[in-house]
Amino acid sequence: MPKDHGIGAANKRREDVRFLTGKGRYTDDININGQAYVHFLRSDVAHGKLTKVNTSAAEAAPGVLRVFTGKDFEGIGGLPCGWQVTDRHGNPMQEPAHPVLAQGKVRHVGDAIAAVVAESYAEARDAAELIELDIEELPAVIDMKAALADGAPKVHDDLTSNLCYDWGFVEENRDAVDQAIKGAHHVTTLELVNQRLVANPMEPRVAVGDYASHSDESTLYTTSQNPHVIRLLMGAFVLGIPEHKLRVVAPDVGGGFGSKIFHYAEEAFCTFAAKQLKRPVKWTSSRSEAFMTDAHGRDHVTKIELAMDAEGNFLALRTDTHANMGAYLSTFSTSVPTWLHGTLMAGNYKTPLIYVNVKAVFTNTVPVDAYRGAGRPEATFQLERVIDKAAREMGIDPVELRRKNFVTEFPYATPVAVEYDTGDYNATLDKALELADVSGFDARAAESAKNGKWRGLGMNCYIEACGIAPSALVGQLGARAGLYESATVRVNATGGLVVMTGSHSHGQGHETAFPQVIAEMIGIDESQVEIVHGDTANTPMGMGTYGSRSLAVGGSAMVRATEKIIAKAKKIAAHLMEASADDVELKDGAFSVAGTDKSVAWGDVCLAAYVPHNYPLDEIEPGLEETAFYDPANFTYPAGAYICEVEVDPDTGKVTVERFTAADDFGNVVNPMIVEGQVHGGLAQGIGQALLENCVYDENGQLVSASFMDYAMPRAADLPNFSVDHSCQTPCTHNPLGVKGCGEAGAIGSPPALVNAVVDALQRNGKDVKHIDMPLSPARVWAAMNG
Amino acid sequence: MPTVSMTVNGKPTTAEAEGRTLLVEFLRGPLGLTGTHVGCDTSQCGACVVHVNGEAVKACTMFAAEAEGADVQTIEGMANADGSLGVIQQAFQDHHGLQCGFCTPGMVMSAAALLKENPKPTETEIRDYLEGNICRCTGYHNIVKAIMAASGQDVTAIAAE
Repeated sequence: MPKDHGIGAANKRREDVRFLTGKGRYTDDININGQAYVHFLRSDVAHGKLTKVNTSAAEAAPGVLRVFTGKDFEGIGGLPCGWQVTDRHGNPMQEPAHPVLAQGKVRHVGDAIAAVVAESYAEARDAAELIELDIEELPAVIDMKAALADGAPKVHDDLTSNLCYDWGFVEENRDAVDQAIKGAHHVTTLELVNQRLVANPMEPRVAVGDYASHSDESTLYTTSQNPHVIRLLMGAFVLGIPEHKLRVVAPDVGGGFGSKIFHYAEEAFCTFAAKQLKRPVKWTSSRSEAFMTDAHGRDHVTKIELAMDAEGNFLALRTDTHANMGAYLSTFSTSVPTWLHGTLMAGNYKTPLIYVNVKAVFTNTVPVDAYRGAGRPEATFQLERVIDKAAREMGIDPVELRRKNFVTEFPYATPVAVEYDTGDYNATLDKALELADVSGFDARAAESAKNGKWRGLGMNCYIEACGIAPSALVGQLGARAGLYESATVRVNATGGLVVMTGSHSHGQGHETAFPQVIAEMIGIDESQVEIVHGDTANTPMGMGTYGSRSLAVGGSAMVRATEKIIAKAKKIAAHLMEASADDVELKDGAFSVAGTDKSVAWGDVCLAAYVPHNYPLDEIEPGLEETAFYDPANFTYPAGAYICEVEVDPDTGKVTVERFTAADDFGNVVNPMIVEGQVHGGLAQGIGQALLENCVYDENGQLVSASFMDYAMPRAADLPNFSVDHSCQTPCTHNPLGVKGCGEAGAIGSPPALVNAVVDALQRNGKDVKHIDMPLSPARVWAAMNG
Repeated sequence: MPTVSMTVNGKPTTAEAEGRTLLVEFLRGPLGLTGTHVGCDTSQCGACVVHVNGEAVKACTMFAAEAEGADVQTIEGMANADGSLGVIQQAFQDHHGLQCGFCTPGMVMSAAALLKENPKPTETEIRDYLEGNICRCTGYHNIVKAIMAASGQDVTAIAAE
């Protein structure tokens, strides 16, 4: 029987009511009396020297309050990078300055040169056209390998080259991996591209800066996944505002997918300009601006080699990746191709020797950073593609080759620095094979053939490291911040609770799922619990939502705070019932004493805490409010198996996804409806990458896919209904809820299954195609078939 | 500045608008109806779909002045008279047809227009009709399911909750 309450119940989302009636309050819905508007003048060339920026005509234009340029930001900090990577020779990465407005040079199309603040957007835009601009255009570097060639133009003149770092992992294994590959029975090699993507949450970024001169306090309303992180980075590194004079609010946020983690120049600008002008300053990104300024994702070029013995046992794995950083280092950019990618190269397999080399490269393109999955999709794609190719070369069934190499005993320490606490990869694989009706594939393929279509079947496994934390580990790996999470649980006098969490919901449904945990723990109705998030003024310092961490880390902090509440409430209850606290039990919202008929309701205990007339004041303080900071002992390791069935039209190369099955192990599940929705969304983004999406620059650095007319977002008709399952559950062993995180799985696990399926369809029909780079557009598939 | 008058969610309304003011800017600005969203600048995303004289229209594709005298309905006018969720809205909540909520107003308005002209659409018809509405969160599975359920069709065969 499905539960209708507490942990495991498919509760409908309470936040939906406001979203469905137009009452959501997104950042662009915030308008402050007297606000001015900023329009950024952005570079239309990829690389150039600013020789003249004359703003006098613009400043004289109607409605203009002020025009800012890079000069106004001299001596003010640049946007910081939050993760320092040490290269394979022990040297720190090259870390260029990242100014709020361009200083002397522009480095990508969209780089902001000047900012016009006016009474209206229209006046700001009109005035920006009056800025006299001379840019001495310089040759742009777009291709990563060309950027590393001798004599290549440098994106940053003060760096020694365009190489940010040359990272080796694990460096001590480099020679042993080399030897193992040289001596192996068989080595399968694959070169592939994990193309650049744009996250494109449907809500474009917005920033509203406000300044209160009476208190010298600045407030920033912004579309962020982590308002405390923005406050820390912007206050401490860019504008020099202490936390107690800076408030950051991220209200309803219309999707993030990673792109709203980072601290962006426009946030700093609006906060700075509001104080300068003593006026609120608002910026709303257009979609075209978003394509040029939101951090992009992926953009790896990789060669991977898998060495096996005659039976197909994996002996060694080597992977060599060029990772595009773009023109500047976005907040967490440097961690994505290294620690979020290299540490996952073991996948679900017990490969004993692994070596990962990553060269991170500056180019004249938009900065690249985390996008749903962040490093883990890149790891999964190359690993699961090379295994599929290896199976074909070795004449072993791809399912059996994977099973033969599965990690089956836990905990398992990989050769790439992480320890999987628990899992059962055969269980999710069995479940996926069952749900996908693989045994019925031949009949479906015959039916497709009758209709002139080629049917293919592809599968893959995946594992991810989620619940991004723990601080001690990420600190060793180069993180410049802690990655715990926080929660304050405030019990009101009449028994209701407010949870103030550092996690941030921008579609994940925390307002519904988090109360289910509390309801389970205390035995009260979910409606008695309110979740507050998104405002640094009323939440404890927390790190926000990304890396599938909210429930695993933020939820755990909430559990710890609630445990403190319950422990104190038991002492109060013991006093009221004249019993020992050790004998008090809490069940279904009431405290009782074991072996007696004594009982006191939850609400009465809460009231006693705030009206302490009959209260153990000599032992405990009045009130019922507790805070916990939770820093986990390890990452969590969701894993699963995905199966994709496609039809290929041999005349046009068009691919359609006919069936998609996902069997995931997320550990315990709090709200299965929300979990399934998260998987659906991840699958859509993964299938979007495999089939449709591509962020393309031409050789001059012009972004040719800069709108929804050119960048193919998945639409309803591009996708099938999904078959998803999360019944295989090996609970996480180290967090109190036993949860693993589900936000990124779909995007991580789905691209290789789709590409494997298309290659399978072509192979079954006599086309010896080994690989096609994503997206598998009709033109690319047709070319591969006829190539 | 000239004024524009129209009936919005059943209420006669007059406000100032420049000639270049788009209908979506008029609704979100002077009328304060911020449920209608702007998700792109090329009329692709559908977050701004409203009904003008009963037809689904992307409110970024017409000027406010073009709606002079028109009967306009927005997401704010879709609930029942007693404030409870309308049938389509309720189906979106029941079947988890939304996550971040940003595309949702446009989705609901498009769904309402679809069901008006095709009261029992097939899954394929729904997917084709939503060509002009982009959602980045849900993968559309539960949106399609919600619209089928709102049309009174049995959705138990559509996998997942």
